[in-house]
Amino acid sequence: MVSKKKKKYSSGEGAQFMTRKAALKKLQLSLKDFRRICILKGIYPREPRNRKRAQKGVGGIKTLYHTKDIKFLLHEPIIWKLRELKVYQQKIRRARAMREYRSMKKYLRDYPEINIDHIVKERYPTFVDALRDLDDCLTLCFLFSTFPSLKKVPRDQSMLCRRLTVEFMHAVIAAKALRKVFVSVKGYYYQVEFEGQTITWIVPHHFSFQPQNKDEVDFKIMSTFVEFYTMMLGFVNFKLYHSLNLVYPPKLTSAFSADTDKDLIDEHAYVSERIAAMNLSLARLEGANDAEELPEMDIFNTEDDDPQKLEEAKQEAEKVKKLKTMFKGLKFFINREVPREPLVFIIRCFGGEVSWDRDHFVGATFDETDESIAYQIVDRPTMDKQYISRYYVQPQWVFDSVNARSLLPINKYLMGAVLPPHLSPFVDKTKDQVYIPPEERALNDPNFKPLNDDQSGSDIEEASDEDKEDEDEPNSEDSDAEEALAKQYQQEVEEDSTSDEDEDNADPEKKKIAKEKKKAMAVTTGVPHKEHPYQKEIEDKQAFRLREKLVRKKHRNLYKSMKAGQEQRKKEIWLLRKKRRLHDEKVKENKKNEKRKQKAQSLEASV
Amino acid sequence: MPPFRIGLLKRKSDTKETKPKVSDSSQEESDDEKLISGQLDADGDDTDSEHEEEEASDHEQDEVLFDDSADSTLGEDEHVADASEESSDLEDSEEDDDDDEGTSKEEESGDESEKSSVDSGAESGPVHTQSGASDSETDKKSKKDKRQKVKVKKDRGQKTESSIDRLADTIKKTSVTQLKPVGQKDEYESGDTSDEEDRRNTVGDVPMWWYNEYPHVGYDLDGRRIIKPPQRDQIDEFLKKCEDPEFWRTVRDPSTGQDVILSKKDLKLIHRLREGHVPDPTHDEYQPWVEWFTREVLQTPLRAFPEHKRSFLPSRSEQKQVARIVHALKMGWTKTRKQLADERRKKREKNFYNLWGSTTEEEEQRLRGIHKHIPAPRRALPSHAESYNPPPEYLLDSKELKEWNKLSETPWKRKYTFLPTQYASLRQVPAYERFTRERFLRCLDLYLAPRAIKMRLTISPEDLVPKLPSPRDLQPFPTSESLVMRGHVGLVRSVDFDPAGQYVVSGGDDCTLRVWESSTGRCLRTVRLAESVSRVAWIPTAGLSLVAAAAGARLLLLNPGADVGAHRVAQRTDDLLEEPPPKHDVQVDERTSSAVEWQRVTPEEWARGVRLAISHFKPVTHVAWHARGDYLCATLREGASRAVVVHQVSRRRSQLPFSRAKGLVQCALFHPTRPLLFVATQRVVRVYDLVKQELVRKLLTGAQWISHMAVHPAGDNLLVASYDRKCIWFDLELSSKPYQTLRLHGGAVRAVAFHRRYPLFASAGDDDNIIVSHGMVYNDLLQNPLLVPLKQLRAGGRAEELCVLDVRWHPTQPWLLAAGADSTLRLYT
Repeated sequence: MVSKKKKKYSSGEGAQFMTRKAALKKLQLSLKDFRRICILKGIYPREPRNRKRAQKGVGGIKTLYHTKDIKFLLHEPIIWKLRELKVYQQKIRRARAMREYRSMKKYLRDYPEINIDHIVKERYPTFVDALRDLDDCLTLCFLFSTFPSLKKVPRDQSMLCRRLTVEFMHAVIAAKALRKVFVSVKGYYYQVEFEGQTITWIVPHHFSFQPQNKDEVDFKIMSTFVEFYTMMLGFVNFKLYHSLNLVYPPKLTSAFSADTDKDLIDEHAYVSERIAAMNLSLARLEGANDAEELPEMDIFNTEDDDPQKLEEAKQEAEKVKKLKTMFKGLKFFINREVPREPLVFIIRCFGGEVSWDRDHFVGATFDETDESIAYQIVDRPTMDKQYISRYYVQPQWVFDSVNARSLLPINKYLMGAVLPPHLSPFVDKTKDQVYIPPEERALNDPNFKPLNDDQSGSDIEEASDEDKEDEDEPNSEDSDAEEALAKQYQQEVEEDSTSDEDEDNADPEKKKIAKEKKKAMAVTTGVPHKEHPYQKEIEDKQAFRLREKLVRKKHRNLYKSMKAGQEQRKKEIWLLRKKRRLHDEKVKENKKNEKRKQKAQSLEASV
Repeated sequence: MPPFRIGLLKRKSDTKETKPKVSDSSQEESDDEKLISGQLDADGDDTDSEHEEEEASDHEQDEVLFDDSADSTLGEDEHVADASEESSDLEDSEEDDDDDEGTSKEEESGDESEKSSVDSGAESGPVHTQSGASDSETDKKSKKDKRQKVKVKKDRGQKTESSIDRLADTIKKTSVTQLKPVGQKDEYESGDTSDEEDRRNTVGDVPMWWYNEYPHVGYDLDGRRIIKPPQRDQIDEFLKKCEDPEFWRTVRDPSTGQDVILSKKDLKLIHRLREGHVPDPTHDEYQPWVEWFTREVLQTPLRAFPEHKRSFLPSRSEQKQVARIVHALKMGWTKTRKQLADERRKKREKNFYNLWGSTTEEEEQRLRGIHKHIPAPRRALPSHAESYNPPPEYLLDSKELKEWNKLSETPWKRKYTFLPTQYASLRQVPAYERFTRERFLRCLDLYLAPRAIKMRLTISPEDLVPKLPSPRDLQPFPTSESLVMRGHVGLVRSVDFDPAGQYVVSGGDDCTLRVWESSTGRCLRTVRLAESVSRVAWIPTAGLSLVAAAAGARLLLLNPGADVGAHRVAQRTDDLLEEPPPKHDVQVDERTSSAVEWQRVTPEEWARGVRLAISHFKPVTHVAWHARGDYLCATLREGASRAVVVHQVSRRRSQLPFSRAKGLVQCALFHPTRPLLFVATQRVVRVYDLVKQELVRKLLTGAQWISHMAVHPAGDNLLVASYDRKCIWFDLELSSKPYQTLRLHGGAVRAVAFHRRYPLFASAGDDDNIIVSHGMVYNDLLQNPLLVPLKQLRAGGRAEELCVLDVRWHPTQPWLLAAGADSTLRLYT
């Protein structure tokens, strides 16, 4: 008896994967429905270890799904709903074709909705899981909340997005969870921390909606994503409000309730409503007292109790605590040219009070004439009427203060001043080979003196020294540092020799004679052997270079690519440094010229 | 009385009867002006035209009735077609006309309308006479013609007529309905016409072509046949057309089959209809509009009768209905439309609840998720460059901007996805154009991009470099160049130390062999030879002073001379080699003797120091001494099976160890202690046992072309150099595969050498560096050799792509001697 030959690809990687076409066939869905269910259920194709085997020997690149994922979809009740929906759509189509507009209207009115609560729960079994995946959700919801009614995006979807995003912002305000903000060319980045999870999202600048090319953006797909994301965000909001002892849903202004038929005459009205809503404080549950004060952090004796680490963690906690109450008791007034939304959100997050021009926008809480206003945020070069009792600062001060976790000195941010660069708080400083701009270094290290702080021209030498240092720094990391060292050494040696020579450089004849004498026989004074200062390093470097060649063949390419990456980063840093240096020099030159001009003018004036 | 007569009488009475009606209508016409005052007759102006028609039809009938000619097939056919074409309602309307006629049938009273009937009689008179004399055949043709013509006319006339009738009817009806309330005239004044029918033809509403084959067209009230009027054929028609001046306005009535001559009024009407005007010529389209019913409340009611009581009372049935609905609403059985809409909205509204409130850990475990879920990676967080006010160094300068613009076709190659821009203040920042697109791409990534777990390396590249002891701990080794020996003119091919390390011998392309003092670099002696020297090797034993030099095909054994080394040793060597050994025990076969010949040295050569000379059949490329100094192994270029020759100096004998060629032999070496011979062919090193005369081992180097090799002094390790930049270390105890392959050089490796006492080895080749490495071999068999590259020494200059051709260690000191292509010898200490 010959045992039956096993069929190829019936086990192993060949059986684990399934092409999209096969999946469609198995699920008996159209591609459109399949796409929708994949988005809702969070199913994605997988990259097989061996593509050839996974595709059952077929060449080319196919979209491969895990067989188990498809089986998982097979048991999804929504699939039946989708099939029913197909029938329903057919009915609508028929009614339209038969010109039975009344029944068509009825069908459209009673269009069945698919409930996806269980999918949210399934995809995110715990609340923390949901928080971890909230980045894309928030960004997309904030984007959709700015959308007008589109063909592929139902109106109530964008309305729901508006409601949910405002609710979420309120939760952030109530929890004082905002940690970092950043104004980029793309929009405002916010980073919040809930339950130890950092969530970052982008809110686009005003007028973010632009009609998109059909090939570039498919709103239908985005809308499907939003369908899931709104569900998820709603539940997250509920849970957040619940944990913050707040009533959900909160009572916000009428613009957010879905049943308003007046539906926002213009976008501005909506925006101002939203901002006004943000200035309200929410209703708390009865009997819930403000137990906001976190207890002191206890120190646990962990296994790897590194006192330094503990200390750091403690400091961090302290800083965060300070940050949460940074604006407490401060009154801010926002001028009308300033984009209000981010500022109101940020200031409210850190306990400040905000208001704006009552005549222009709704929801102002106090007037400009209020003497207790501490800061007025302006974004214009001058103002006619100024109050002495308050500071007039530019909006960037708020953002930078939040990132610095303390109220920065306002002198650089005063009205009409040229602003210092706005730095990203998201740059990972723990990584090596990261370029840190001088401003950031100044922020971290109070002793550091940035170059363009030099006021007098006499500092130029100093500056150039610093420049040199700057130049040296990348070199010290450089692989050909050794050459530089050797050069330096040679220079030093030469200097020595020249200094020696200098003594008897006086007379060439004398020198000759001396030489002859030397040749004849003489006792020269012994020159002490000068130890090469970098000898050791050079040797080490050389030895390392040789050792490098012994990298195993298996790792050689990896090693090379890693090295190449390092080199590239080094080069980038070098380039940035160079550009900065040139820029600073230029600025200095300009300053000097100006000064000279001024001097000349004053001289002329005096004459 | 023949039936047609009766019909005629009837006709006449009809017309008589209708005439007063006409007068009536004319009266009404006059009343028409009183319309404004609200007295409108039910019969409008249209009735007139109708009566006119009737008149016309009378004539027609008269005509046709007397026309009782035989039917022709031609005409019949056409008639059939006509009849079928006619729609039923056309006939209806005609019948209606008949009805009207019927109403006045009974009152047979003569009137002035006689005149018109007389006219018609006059008209039809000739026709009658013609038809009366139908017996004559000659007339028949013309009759036929006429009939045809009439028929054509009739066809046209019928249509127009019927349409006119219809129109008239509808107009009448509408006018009646409109004006009824105003007129308040008794509608039945003229008598209900519907039941008093004067149906001349009682066949009813049947297609007339049924009677095509019969002489009659139906039956009158008395049940008698109505005989078809005589049918005309085409000739008759034609004749009639020619003769009859009224032919153009003659049409045929299908129900009677008689010709009808349209009156002037009819024609006018037809004309008006064609023009699209209101048929009544008296109708004024532009008369002032009177609003009878306006929203203004009039003083007096328009209608004379008072409103009925029920118009003031609420409807009882409606009240009942409303009450039912109200009750249902109260009871909650039904809902108002608003409530329904509200409910629908509420249902549609998402209500959120505490989704994560109640589950326990176990339930979470139970929830089935995606198999081996790989969460999507987060988007990279923004760098400083993305800021609206970035530090100046992040802005693109002109050069970078140019590159940016150049890559506009391939934007993914750019450094950033966005253009770093500086805005002076926050309010100037515009919306980011690609925002939606970027979000869309992210969405696509989330559901379309295949995911896989990739292990990120957390190691630094330094971790991949093997950990080796520092060279400083492995001293001594040569670190710097200390001596350069110049004297050669061409390439120096080979060097060697004497066993004590005091002297150095070198040979090169300038056909000289030079002996140097190693401590000072002084050239002690120069021996000029006939050919360029490819290899020199000093005898390894201290008791003799002998140098083997390969010059072309000859292998020379030289005594460097009395002033080199101990005088006594030199003397002894000379003594030994002066006289050849007894020859009788040497048996040389043909193969060997043809390859090798021990030559007698000429006195001149003797004076130059040559003591022995062995000539080969091919040039010698490599020479190696056995450790004892008696045997000498020479490698010949292109020697095939005779490439390796072993010479015994003491007996002046040569042997060819191999009978068959096993590849291109590069070099051959003796094992330092055991009777083994290493033979390197192009890619493989073979180890032969000389005693057993067999292949012991085959070492696979993995190199493309072996250039040189060296045996470790202990004999267990072999170092092979190759032209493809490799140095291959074989541990013979370990395996026949390389223990380690060192790629230390940038060019071909041409020479390798082991130090005899220190654990050092050196390799050199076509690149500028000589590399000194630490090669420690342990006595413990379990421990593998330790190879550490120690130092890169800079070699001399290059010549013809060559740099270092040979390296040799000092026998006792850690000194290295390199033969350079720039005709120098360099000593590194």
